[in-house]
Amino acid sequence: MSGVEWIIPILLTVITAATPLVFAGIGELVTEKSGVLNLGVEGMLLVGAVAAFVTATVTGNYFLAVAAGALAGAFLAFLFGVLTLSLMANQVATGLALTLFGVGVSALIGQDFVGIPVDALPKLAVPGLSDIPVLGPVLFGQDALVYLSLFMAALVSWFLYRTKGGLILRAVGDSHNAAHSIGYSVIGIRYLAVMFGGAMSGVGGAYLSLAYTPMWAENMTAGRGWIALALIVFATWKPGLVVVGAYMFGGITILQLHAQAAGLDVPSQILSMLPYLATVVVLVLISKDESRIRKHAPACIGKIFHPAA
Amino acid sequence: MKLKNIASLMGAAVVAGGMLAAGSASAQDKIGFVYVGPIGDHGWTYRHDVARQAVEKAFDGKVKTTFVESVKEGPDSERVIRQMAADGHKLIFTTSFGFMNPTIKVAKQFPDVKFEHATGYKRADNVSTYSARFYEGRYVVGKVAAKMTKSNIIGYVGSFPIPEVVRGINATALGARSVNPNVEIKVAWVNTWYDPGKEGDAAKALIDQGADIIMQHTDSPAPLQVAESRGVYGVGQASDMQHFAPKAQLTAIIDDWNDYYVTRAKAAFDGSWKSQDLWGGFKDGLVALAPYNEAIPADVVAMAEETRKAIMDGSVKPFAGPFNKQDGTEAVAAGAELDDAALLGMDWYVEGIQGKLPK
Repeated sequence: MSGVEWIIPILLTVITAATPLVFAGIGELVTEKSGVLNLGVEGMLLVGAVAAFVTATVTGNYFLAVAAGALAGAFLAFLFGVLTLSLMANQVATGLALTLFGVGVSALIGQDFVGIPVDALPKLAVPGLSDIPVLGPVLFGQDALVYLSLFMAALVSWFLYRTKGGLILRAVGDSHNAAHSIGYSVIGIRYLAVMFGGAMSGVGGAYLSLAYTPMWAENMTAGRGWIALALIVFATWKPGLVVVGAYMFGGITILQLHAQAAGLDVPSQILSMLPYLATVVVLVLISKDESRIRKHAPACIGKIFHPAA
Repeated sequence: MKLKNIASLMGAAVVAGGMLAAGSASAQDKIGFVYVGPIGDHGWTYRHDVARQAVEKAFDGKVKTTFVESVKEGPDSERVIRQMAADGHKLIFTTSFGFMNPTIKVAKQFPDVKFEHATGYKRADNVSTYSARFYEGRYVVGKVAAKMTKSNIIGYVGSFPIPEVVRGINATALGARSVNPNVEIKVAWVNTWYDPGKEGDAAKALIDQGADIIMQHTDSPAPLQVAESRGVYGVGQASDMQHFAPKAQLTAIIDDWNDYYVTRAKAAFDGSWKSQDLWGGFKDGLVALAPYNEAIPADVVAMAEETRKAIMDGSVKPFAGPFNKQDGTEAVAAGAELDDAALLGMDWYVEGIQGKLPK
């Protein structure tokens, strides 16, 4: 085996492990940037996963399946919006409830689909390019959703920092009263941001049930929604760092599994908690450096907006 | 009639009490099941629920069964178990290790209700325990795997390094090396019973490191699915997972509680039920193997069946000596074997397993 070839399978596995985190993380980032904290990511991932899986088994059409995942996630997020934005319920409590609801409702919908396998999402094969050693399979041999996740990350980054719409969204997240007083619809914009976050989580869920492990099983996200939430803090609310963090969190898991399989003496329990540990460390670091929080963290996050009469 | 009239004249509380007593008399034939996971988990809880349905069928609908799924181990389970006992269930199966103390506690308060607790070690006059010797299946499967591997590496996805899991890995190694001493086992611990993504990733890592047989002691079919997509073999866990991996699944080690549950339910109703402890294997019908993959040569199938029968009649014992510990020192001498206490507390690897057992 030549010098670098051993790294290909590791990279390929890291990409599949990171992609659902990228989707959920980028979506939730937009939600949080608008000043809303939605802790229901896990629930939205699950309904996305089950909706995509059911659609894929019934229609056999992957495009429809992914769209169904996005719609299901967006719908759950819409419910969250009704409760927290229109009815002004507490966001933390509602988000937790959304996760519990998502776990239950996805199990209910998926009941008749347990134990049915589907074909995995087809991988891209670019003649010539995909056959380039090392780079070929990694860069040009993925399924469409992997490219979509990175494209969405770039798009969100561009939107937030290079467009007027992004500026408005951030203004709403940083000072809803100011945004309101100059005539922006705070609630409307937040609805859009929350539903975008839900749709992205839904696609992340679709990736889980169609590509990562092509099957439906209850609670199959196994805590990835919470990792996505931690990821945003870890990335200090910057889209680029969300992607880096997702690949790092995915990479740590895969590397430790490879290390174990290679017979190296690695403490797997410690490596399993590393993503969370890293998040705590970042939290400590940013709380020491106030300017960094103020720069990127939305100031109004989690605060309920009461429009002044 | 007269009784009823009197009752109707009495206070509401007494009426309610009378109705409750009448209710429990007519509903003598209710059996309850408390599950730790969802019935759709493909694995542990699913198999218990299959057995529950077997009980309903065996009694031809004359017995009503109820179940509560996804019950958290600990205080909440006590509430669920007590509710069932108070509700007139005559026999209650509590199917997870963590239900042990709540079961014992509720059993004390309901001496007329019979309890069956899976995998525990605390018993009472109305509490039996039962568990299965899955390692017998692992031993047979290890032998099959050793015949089917080309790389001589078996990859094993482990959940937690507890005796139950370590025993399975050791039995696999002993079985495999009894037919092919060059076989090595690589273990990847995922620190969870259930995370399809991570289980699949572990299987991928093991295959990338040369394993061409994947075994697992986790609950989702993901590792087997990875084996199928990578073109290697695997072994199903807890239930037949053949439809997830039609080409890859060599066989599956199946938890089969059906006969046990039916027998115990019948005993509870005819009065012959007694508190007991059963740790049964192939012979007691608690462990079974799924149909063998067609790709397995006939002589290997014959060897596997022979071994299974030999374990049933006691002529083969998976943990009979001589065999060595991982470091090459003698674990059990020729002619000796490990007793149940040693098996229940197993926290060391046998020879042929790579890597250090996490503590």
